[in-house]
Amino acid sequence: MTGLFDTIIQGVLLGGLYALFAVGLSLIFGIMRLVNLAHGDLIVLAAFTILAVVNALGIDVFVAALVAAPLMFAVGFLLQFLILNRTLGRDILPPLLVTFGLSIIIQNGLLEAFSADSKRLSAGALETASISLGGGLAVGVMPLMVLLSAIAVIFALNLLFYWLPLGRAFRATSDDPEIAQLMGIDNRRIFAIAMGVAMVVTTIAALYLGIRANFDPSIGPARLLYAFEAVIIGGLGSLWGTLAGGIIIGVAQTLGAHINPEWQILAGHLAFLAVLILRPRGLFPRAVD
Amino acid sequence: MADPGYRIEIASQASRYVTFAGAILLVALFLVPFYASRGLVQELIFVFYMLALAQLWNLLAGYAGLVSVGQQAFVGLGGYLLFALTVFGEINALLAIPLAGVIAFVFAFPTALVVFRLRGAYFAIGTWVVAEVYRLVAAQVKDLGGGTGTSLPVAVTNGVFGIEWLKAIFDMRTALARDMVMYWIAFALAVGTLLVVYRILRSRRGLALAAIRDSELAAESVGVDGFRTKLWVYAVTAAGTGMIGALIYLQTARISPDAAFSVLDWTAYVIFIVVIGGIGTIEGPIVGVIVFYLMQTYLADFGTWYLILLGALAIVIMLFAPRGIWGYVAARYNLVLFPLQRRLIARKPSVHETDKV
Repeated sequence: MTGLFDTIIQGVLLGGLYALFAVGLSLIFGIMRLVNLAHGDLIVLAAFTILAVVNALGIDVFVAALVAAPLMFAVGFLLQFLILNRTLGRDILPPLLVTFGLSIIIQNGLLEAFSADSKRLSAGALETASISLGGGLAVGVMPLMVLLSAIAVIFALNLLFYWLPLGRAFRATSDDPEIAQLMGIDNRRIFAIAMGVAMVVTTIAALYLGIRANFDPSIGPARLLYAFEAVIIGGLGSLWGTLAGGIIIGVAQTLGAHINPEWQILAGHLAFLAVLILRPRGLFPRAVD
Repeated sequence: MADPGYRIEIASQASRYVTFAGAILLVALFLVPFYASRGLVQELIFVFYMLALAQLWNLLAGYAGLVSVGQQAFVGLGGYLLFALTVFGEINALLAIPLAGVIAFVFAFPTALVVFRLRGAYFAIGTWVVAEVYRLVAAQVKDLGGGTGTSLPVAVTNGVFGIEWLKAIFDMRTALARDMVMYWIAFALAVGTLLVVYRILRSRRGLALAAIRDSELAAESVGVDGFRTKLWVYAVTAAGTGMIGALIYLQTARISPDAAFSVLDWTAYVIFIVVIGGIGTIEGPIVGVIVFYLMQTYLADFGTWYLILLGALAIVIMLFAPRGIWGYVAARYNLVLFPLQRRLIARKPSVHETDKV
């Protein structure tokens, strides 16, 4: 029984990581209706950026993430401003195919720059620290930090959306891009900033991804799928729903692995398909699309 | 009957010449194994199955608006079915290929039940998830090698109907006869796919598809059942893709989940072919596969840089020439090889009619 309970706790904590993957995707879905097939590869790009900063400056990973975040913001801003803005419109093909091409470019670019070897970010003693919950249960400090970070990020984004002028502009362009433009909002710039913000969230996700497990240039697409599943399970337009979606995927994966280690990933996908069949619009839908 | 003052035309002048030239080309291609090197024969097999996959993806994405990035699900399914049917069922591979198509057709319905709940771009990622599920399930089939895969027994690859026959008539080695048979299967699948896609698009269903593509709402308001039409196209595409998958893994004679359900090989390359050639046209994938073949032949050695180039090229085409090479050529020279558009041609009023006016 303790084993099962422990498995579920681990799953919830893992869900925090998936929620962090998903929040960036959810943000872009929500504001510009863009489905970014390169999202997973951008997470991996952020992880390699942190690694490169660590290697170049010899600083702590958390400080390196602070350096990488503005870099990734710039990457996101330019990507959206120069390329992705051109693909937005009624036709769904251009954004899909352009981001798919981007995914291949990022994967192979990273392969060229960093080789196919597995890499890892080191957080020192934090990695193995744990807090006892009593009754033979303990949670790692690191996984707990991941979940708390996910909650903090969603909280901060909600503050941004509902309390800051930039958030108002985000919501306005999301509701009706044409009217927003009439009100003096420059959609192209707003979209670019939104992508930049999404990339900052992605950097946080990448930091924990790199500390938690090995990563290499090829693992992006799988992260995209987990993120996507979390968004759809949670329901479009709801960031707290995305967190719930991430946790459902995380718990399903650890439960699957508990039964048979080979079933971890499969169990997560099957949980997603089950939700899709039972509640096609997700658990907490807000947006219509 | 009253003269409506116009007539409907589908064929164009160019298309009539093409029918003739195409027939000659088909005969020449059919006879390739008799005069070409083994290397060329094997490369053409690759070209044929990529072309067939591209035609099917084009039907799905370019005409039915179902942008799938999960067609590797059916390539892999077809491959695994071929292995299962020939190894466990002891069915001849030549029969296993159409059978794999039928089973893939059946599998398409439960798959559609899930992915059709997602629309547009979400559908795309949904198909990818489903393809991953297929891959992970295939890796659980221990009798077919689990995660590491397995090889096809030599008896199966050499026992395909026709090989013994060719060996007896032309007194040739087994390997050569096997290549010839594979070539003709690939040729038949490529030409068959092309004709089926063409027939579908010329039919009532094709008209319905075009209407849905232009405006689903408007099409439904005049009685087109969008869901059923799309479901039907999805299932037909799955059947074709499954047959091609079966052929690919009959020729490769070795299967593993990672290769059979590879998103790069069976979806990314296919999308590249369609996009660069011209999406939403039958000619596009043909042009695209030639470009892809040339790039594969001359640039594949560059490895990662080659893939970066493919990705960049796809992006540039999508941004600046979204209708691809064929779209550009067709618009510029008003050229149509596989006529699909129905055009109204106004009759010139005769002298007699002019008098009446």
